[in-house]
Amino acid sequence: MNTTLPKLHDRVVIDREHLQELFVALASKGYQIVGPTVRENAIVYDTLVSVNDLPIGYTDEQDGGTYRLKKRSDKALFGYAVGPHSWKKFLFPPVIRLWQARREGNGFEVVPENTEAPKLAFLGVRSCEIHAISIQDKVFMRDDYSDPTYRSRRNSLCIIAINCGEAGGTCFCTSMETGPRATSGFDLALTEVLSNEQHFFVVEVGSQLGSELLQTIPFRAASKEDIQIAENIVTQTAEHMGRSLDTTNIKDLLYRNLDHPRWDDVASRCLTCSNCTMVCPTCFCTTVEDVTDLTGEQAERWRKWDSCFTMDFSYIFGGSIRPSTKSRYRQWMTHKLASWIDQFGTSGCVGCGRCITWCPVGIDITEEVRAIRASESLSTQATKEQQ
Amino acid sequence: MMQTLEPILAEHPFFKGLKSEYLQIVTGCASNVRFNKGTYIFREGEEATQFYLIRQGKVALEIFAAQHGPITIETIEAGEVLGWSWLFPPYRWHFSGRVFEPTRAIALDGKCLRTKGEADHDLGYELMQRVAQIMLDRLNATRIRLLDIYSDLPGGKL
Amino acid sequence: MTAPLLDPMVPKQYRIQRIHREIPDTFTLELEPKDGCEIPQFATGQFNMLYIFGVGEIPISISGDSNKRRPLVHTTRAVGTVSKAMRDLKPDDIIGVRGPFGSSWPVKQAEGKDVVIAAGGIGLAPLRSVMYHIISHREKYGKAVLLYGARTPADILYRRELELWRAHFDLEVYVTVDRATGSWRGSVGVVTRLIPRAPFDPQNTIAMVCGPEIMMRYTVAEFEKRGVAKENIYVSMERNMKCAIGMCGHCQYGPNFVCKDGPVFPYIKIESLLTKWEI
Repeated sequence: MNTTLPKLHDRVVIDREHLQELFVALASKGYQIVGPTVRENAIVYDTLVSVNDLPIGYTDEQDGGTYRLKKRSDKALFGYAVGPHSWKKFLFPPVIRLWQARREGNGFEVVPENTEAPKLAFLGVRSCEIHAISIQDKVFMRDDYSDPTYRSRRNSLCIIAINCGEAGGTCFCTSMETGPRATSGFDLALTEVLSNEQHFFVVEVGSQLGSELLQTIPFRAASKEDIQIAENIVTQTAEHMGRSLDTTNIKDLLYRNLDHPRWDDVASRCLTCSNCTMVCPTCFCTTVEDVTDLTGEQAERWRKWDSCFTMDFSYIFGGSIRPSTKSRYRQWMTHKLASWIDQFGTSGCVGCGRCITWCPVGIDITEEVRAIRASESLSTQATKEQQ
Repeated sequence: MMQTLEPILAEHPFFKGLKSEYLQIVTGCASNVRFNKGTYIFREGEEATQFYLIRQGKVALEIFAAQHGPITIETIEAGEVLGWSWLFPPYRWHFSGRVFEPTRAIALDGKCLRTKGEADHDLGYELMQRVAQIMLDRLNATRIRLLDIYSDLPGGKL
Repeated sequence: MTAPLLDPMVPKQYRIQRIHREIPDTFTLELEPKDGCEIPQFATGQFNMLYIFGVGEIPISISGDSNKRRPLVHTTRAVGTVSKAMRDLKPDDIIGVRGPFGSSWPVKQAEGKDVVIAAGGIGLAPLRSVMYHIISHREKYGKAVLLYGARTPADILYRRELELWRAHFDLEVYVTVDRATGSWRGSVGVVTRLIPRAPFDPQNTIAMVCGPEIMMRYTVAEFEKRGVAKENIYVSMERNMKCAIGMCGHCQYGPNFVCKDGPVFPYIKIESLLTKWEI
């Protein structure tokens, strides 16, 4: 039992064999722990009971339209990038009931839902994912209105971050300035250090809760060398990004090029399968469904994840506003990289690369931007030559 | 002293910006007219000898359909121009013009203007330009009406 | 009693006082809260989400008088599942109401200026509240002009009211139809043709336009041609809506949420979008 608790921003070291104590500490504070685990040949996010549920000794190989789980030669706990799940499924559940209503006389009585939720601890949150959560915070918790489901989960959330030791094949967080190092928004941030002789975690305290959790976990103060090793790991990661995206004036670039022929090009490849919107940690579109039981006495309104790629997403009487694949892809990409900035003050993209990995035909958002940027300057060149 | 029609023509949108020397020439072909409600100013098929700058009132362009009687295609009102058939062979009215509301107009002698236009092609160009503009506007307006944008039919919600 | 604070996602029960058939397939609902509470104040141009138990919910513009607290009035066309079911409701039936939502017509900015309302078809419904507002605050405005285009004389919405307004000495009302039938002796032609002759000062006018998108595009162009500045022209857009509070994402129009940043937009804000296909 440690008597002097570390302060905010202090760095400590926890040995690998003591990491289970973190699980115990969280559980004793009433948290339900969710985090990465191996299932169906992928690393997904699910309930964790102990440190052994983590994807020990696994890594992933990712590229456009490709995801492969591979065994590592070591026993790293967090030696992979991100999988098809994002944390949004816990804060912003894919399917929820908004309310029920019972027919009463010729009217109806609405019964609102109880929005209380379990206290969640996310264990193994990458920096890009912390940014994604704060991006969704801006969507769901506004000054004028907050989604009660999101808010109740978000306010009791504990975040144990992990600084990436591996850059994924489709990662570009450095381009989006969202990582690989977690700088804020966490209770504890871990950096895994694994070499032949040692296996430990350099842990940064990010909040009062983080400090309290350390009360029951054996730790020692981090030395200058420990901190340096941890920083080197992250620097290495930053230098090995799988992709890059030039965000210079990207909002104006896309707004200017709504009629660029590249949209037709990507439309010839896109299947509008909406995988990208499902795996994207910031996509937030939903639909509402009103249903009744067979007697017609009981009605319910449900909210479900939706995607701007569906045909009837934009339907109004007479037809859809965006019937073509081209218009729907353009909507998704310009919303994510451009309109989002006008709407919420930041980009909607955190550079996690999921949309690239999980696109069945490997459409690469970084490539699409590159193509538009490149051929735009080419076309102005052509005009100049003609003059 | 009798007031000439020149200032009145100069005011009408059709002749806006026309050089005063041309305006004088054109005034020579102009006369002041008024029509009572119900009058047929011209009928489908008749020789189109004049056209009209409407100053006040309402004239309906009509076509006669068997079993249905006369159908109003469009109404021409103050500030608008009625008739362009005077400028193009065979110089015949395509529709009838019935007065819906008492109308005051400037009648312009088509043959007179055609002759002046032949003699001075610059004047002819000015007239052509103005008539072309009217036809363009009417064509676009008609295209929009063809779309039937208020229709209840699926696809009618535009 | 005053209305309790409402959850914007939960419908409140309103009783149908009256259903009035306007023109074919278009009807007006007059609603009162079932519990007798006050109806929330709305601004002209705003809309509510109207819910039929077990059937569904649709956005409908409020078409009543914003200066009168009751009843709550909506006019809509019966074109889809929900609106058709709504048309078949009877007085005393209950409808769920969420709202009011959205931005409003610039009746404050228009004070001291001429006001021109240009409406096409059902577009007259969200603009009717502007007419009511102008009439009850007549001294605050200069010239008040209404230009209305309908398909045929039988499709003229609120015909009686239009005739009543036309009889006012201080209102100018011009109605035109795309296609004449029977004994119609009024104007025949597109509504844009009414703009060049309409009696307003383009340098000191606020124009408000609502109707099918094509009609709005051409009408805005005609106002610009006449010299009305872009910042003084307003349009009302329509998009698919599910939540009406800017969270479901369906109503996005460029970076704008039509439910929250609209449905009323100053033309200058969406100028580049209005001519873009499939945006």
